[in-house]
Amino acid sequence: MIASILSLGAIGFLAALTLGFAARKFAVEVDPRELAILELLPGANCGACGYPGCSGYAKMVVNGDKIAATCPPGGSAVMDKIANIMGLAPITAEPKVAVVMCQGDNLKAKDKYKYLGLTDCRAAQKVADGPKQCPGGCLGLGTCERVCPFGAIEMTPDNLAVISRKKCTGCGKCVASCPRAVIRMAPLDATTHVLCNSHDKGALVRKYCEVGCIACQICKKQVPGAYEIENLLATVVYENHQDAPAAVEKCPTRCIRDFMVSYPDGSSFAEATVPLKKEDRAA
Amino acid sequence: MAMTKLKTFPGGLHPADNKQWTASRSIEFVPLPDELIIPLSQHIGAPAEVCVEVGALVKKGEIIGKAKGFVSVPVHASTSGEVVAVEPRLHPSGRPLLSVVIKPDGEDDWIDPLPQGDPDKLSADELKDRLRDAGIVGMGGATFPAHVKLSPPEEKPIDTLIINGVECEPYLTADHRLMLEEPERILQGVAILRKILTVDNIYIGIEVNKPDAIALMTEKCAGTDVKVVPLEVKYPQGAEKQLILAITGREVPSGGLPMEVGVVVQNVGTTAAVADAVINGYPLIERVCTVTGSGISEQKNLRIRVGTPLQHLVDFCGGLNGDPAKLIMGGPMMGMTQLSLDVPATRGTSGLLIFGEDDIPLVEQGPCIRCARCVKTCPAHLLPTTIAAYARLEMIDEAEEYCAMDCIECGCCSYSCPSFIPLVQSLRHAKAAILEKRRKI
Repeated sequence: MIASILSLGAIGFLAALTLGFAARKFAVEVDPRELAILELLPGANCGACGYPGCSGYAKMVVNGDKIAATCPPGGSAVMDKIANIMGLAPITAEPKVAVVMCQGDNLKAKDKYKYLGLTDCRAAQKVADGPKQCPGGCLGLGTCERVCPFGAIEMTPDNLAVISRKKCTGCGKCVASCPRAVIRMAPLDATTHVLCNSHDKGALVRKYCEVGCIACQICKKQVPGAYEIENLLATVVYENHQDAPAAVEKCPTRCIRDFMVSYPDGSSFAEATVPLKKEDRAA
Repeated sequence: MAMTKLKTFPGGLHPADNKQWTASRSIEFVPLPDELIIPLSQHIGAPAEVCVEVGALVKKGEIIGKAKGFVSVPVHASTSGEVVAVEPRLHPSGRPLLSVVIKPDGEDDWIDPLPQGDPDKLSADELKDRLRDAGIVGMGGATFPAHVKLSPPEEKPIDTLIINGVECEPYLTADHRLMLEEPERILQGVAILRKILTVDNIYIGIEVNKPDAIALMTEKCAGTDVKVVPLEVKYPQGAEKQLILAITGREVPSGGLPMEVGVVVQNVGTTAAVADAVINGYPLIERVCTVTGSGISEQKNLRIRVGTPLQHLVDFCGGLNGDPAKLIMGGPMMGMTQLSLDVPATRGTSGLLIFGEDDIPLVEQGPCIRCARCVKTCPAHLLPTTIAAYARLEMIDEAEEYCAMDCIECGCCSYSCPSFIPLVQSLRHAKAAILEKRRKI
């Protein structure tokens, strides 16, 4: 009994000595600023800055002694604090959010075939360019929902991806994951978007989707300057986005939506549509 | 008589073959349709480059699309008539691809003169050129250009030629009928391929569910050194690597091609087309195709022109029997599901299967129960369920480590899965992701 206590104690003591020695001898110097910056960053390792994770970004800032990229999820608040730590001038970028430019869920948009395969938009897109008749519409299999590190994307009961303006940090991971490029980055300030991604002719769009853009020009005529129509698809001119809401009610297919008023049908984010300003976000 | 063990490969399975509907029906000629839609992409490799304009009058066999690069073949007009459109049309792949639309004039005039030749007088290289100019591709379904397969690099000597008459896909009887009706043409093709490859070991592999074809081919090969090999009935016996293993005992290494083990495999349909191309000067504009399934009024074996809309084949077979629920071009295991009957038949169209609602039970996908049926049946010795899980989780490096690239997409895993997990699709997804990753590096 005593022998075993003594021997185990001795082993423990020796191991402690060795570890203590090794910890001092082989200690890696870490710039305290790097740790402080890492502490500030959101920690999602989303890669939106272009560096391998948050630690890679912190290392870049400290080693390079300059802020070469912004952290979109952190926003201006984090950027200011980082600039403070480093004693550098803060760099800012216009805050952006990702928007799913489609409202064609299973009830509103038609399928060209019955898809029974893997629940992954990228896999579905490889089967005859996806089950949706619309060549640009949301496939609704939730690939973006699964890659979002911030839980900002939900799938409605009728299979449409919807992104919360409140939770989205603008990292852009969903944009990269979408095989149909239906998710686009838009300025946070702009709340009105043309939610359609089909470049087909109006007559064809009407055949397969109830809420598709038919390029009728009404929005453009209503608010000149706030909309442009290119390649049979209307888009908001984001420099003049403040005028865009005036055309929402005029759109014959209801494909323009002001997120200040409501989210697409079936979204549980409907309650969260408070006016979002840059200042709210920074807080 | 003592039963000798038939040659085969490990793994595989026995789907109901359903060949009884068409196995005894002889090949019928299909009359000209009102319009032929000839896609410029009918082979693996670069699509052909269109070389006719709208309004041009073309003869049967005239080149309407030029080969672009080595792994490419030209495309020919399959009848004489007027080019009425050069535009994207729905292709069997499900996408609209550039096609030449020809309105037949009913004369069916061949180009003059046809590049006829004597295989004994032409050199191997001249023969290969003829095959390329005639647009000969693998007609088992993969449509790989034949002249590429017949041009192995010097450091890979070929000593064996295998003619694939297995036709292991259920329902299809096109190759079976071809062997019964035109064995001479196949043997003429064998002689040409032998000359190109200078090989002495020649086998014709046929599954024992076609005893009449085995008997006939054996009789025709009597006195020559071409050996007819009866094979066990098992899917996918006709897959290139599995066929090589069964007949020669050689295993194609992971990531390799059949030439690594000194073998070239050609389908019987391709072999017959080779004979036509060299001796008669006919390009590949026709093929044999089985139209079958419960959704068609009369099941038939047809000789079809490349570019014939599927609707025309259906009309020739007495029309649809009820509402179709699924259209498949090719066999049920590896064929491609079609969106519409407006799609044209191509050089790779070995069959058109039409199924009704009752044939396609819509079942819910369940969880993997670790029964390992997919592992047991996989003829490539992979772990389909593991790779599929990696594909789902986007763990592409791991999928590559588990040899996802060796998957031949035969469909045994999906077929055997009691939980109806889309395993082949997951593997295809993994393969596409691996290729994308390799391109980036």
